[in-house]
Amino acid sequence: MATYKLKTPISEADVRKLKVNDVIYISGIIFTARDQAHRRALELHKEGEKPPIDMTGLVVFHCGPIVKKEDDKWIVVAAGPTTSTRMDLFEDEFIKNFKVRVVIGKGGMGKKTTDAMKQYGAVYGAFTGGAAVLAAKTVKNVKSVEWFDLGMPEALWILEVEDFGPLTVAIDAHGNNLFEDVQKKVEMNKGKIYQKLGV
Amino acid sequence: MKIENVVEDVAFRLLQLAVVELPKDVKDALKQAYQKEESEAGKTQLEAILKNIELAEKTSTPVCQDTGVIIFYVKAGAEVKGLDKIEPALRKATVRATKEVPLRPNAVDPFTQKNSGDNTGNYIPFVNWEIVPGSAIEITVMPKGGGSENVCALGMIPPGEGIRGLKKFVVDAIVKAGAQPCPPNILGVAAGGGADIAMKLAKAALLRPLNKPNANPELARLEKELLEATNMTGIGPMGLGGRFTVLGVNVDYAFRHPASYPVAVAFQCWAARRATARIHSDGRVEYLTHKGVK
Repeated sequence: MATYKLKTPISEADVRKLKVNDVIYISGIIFTARDQAHRRALELHKEGEKPPIDMTGLVVFHCGPIVKKEDDKWIVVAAGPTTSTRMDLFEDEFIKNFKVRVVIGKGGMGKKTTDAMKQYGAVYGAFTGGAAVLAAKTVKNVKSVEWFDLGMPEALWILEVEDFGPLTVAIDAHGNNLFEDVQKKVEMNKGKIYQKLGV
Repeated sequence: MKIENVVEDVAFRLLQLAVVELPKDVKDALKQAYQKEESEAGKTQLEAILKNIELAEKTSTPVCQDTGVIIFYVKAGAEVKGLDKIEPALRKATVRATKEVPLRPNAVDPFTQKNSGDNTGNYIPFVNWEIVPGSAIEITVMPKGGGSENVCALGMIPPGEGIRGLKKFVVDAIVKAGAQPCPPNILGVAAGGGADIAMKLAKAALLRPLNKPNANPELARLEKELLEATNMTGIGPMGLGGRFTVLGVNVDYAFRHPASYPVAVAFQCWAARRATARIHSDGRVEYLTHKGVK
């Protein structure tokens, strides 16, 4: 297990060297995107149009933050991760088309996303669910907000962060998936539990 | 005093307290888990959780960005005048808290997908009513996060399987939920009644503090058995593996139809937010979950 500090834009080589269980901290530009933003970005791409920012080498954060406006400036109050499995629907296409290098969220992602990360070079960084104040503390500036019509949680918030983390690499660019490993053990434990309960 | 003003102020305060500061029993359970957790990844998660709780309190910031769908439980004294004014006052408090705390706007129309922007909408905030003797009003707020809500499970199990079926259903629900509900979780488990009644009881069971055992000794035993069983899964804090998947199991029940055996499992994430206050007829307000609050 090693600790790395990464700065955006992140290269494919940067993420290829990471292994599951490594800890990473990110500085630079990350942007939030949940279900609706993923869907809209991919729909635009299909129509030959571009999303409002160039996502190459950037970091997508599964998060619907609480943001407030003070003196005409947006301030991130709380910004923990949301459940990533909902984005499994879109993430393989998202990684392929937009070349994001790190996906941040909680709860892990499935095989389709793991395969895409291996093929195109990206990792999944697990951040503690609910640790919203820790996350917000690393946000230095809200660069802009796009697609605000989707509502505060679903909008695309483009954030400048410093040492965002600790993120546990839970899916690496070599096909390893920490959550799947735990899930396999859990399935094995289930039999023992049934026995203990006599069910 | 005008009942609507008092209720609005108290409900606003409760919303603020609930999202910023977790009840002591929850904090104690998380601290204990951190001390006893053996998995390295799990311990890292619990450490981040405890740091985050401390930071939230220090900066008066919501402990999690998902400040949930707002649910109220009201125990209204039968002698209270103006009961019809309580629900509008709770809505007003919700709108105000959304703006001032702030809370994340989390009320979305399921057909147009439009977010109302102020945490109100059809039936939301939801108010659970109970009429009790006396002249006091007790208000509890439960801001309920979406991640843990998404894995709540309802089973209509064959009555022939009985309690064994219930136990299996609970274990299967937690295994299926895995990392999604932000473990370590609190589980509300309810049997009987009907589909809706079981789920309602399961959710309300989440309000019982972790250090308060079930008044029914047999159910207390069942709770302990389910707690040990669910912690044998190895899911661990945030699903990264470990001993602490569940902090507590709270069981409730209603009598059932001979042909039905509903079992409901309500999931609560580690950010188990709840706050309760009692408004007395003389206007005095007692904060029951957050001691020392005036």
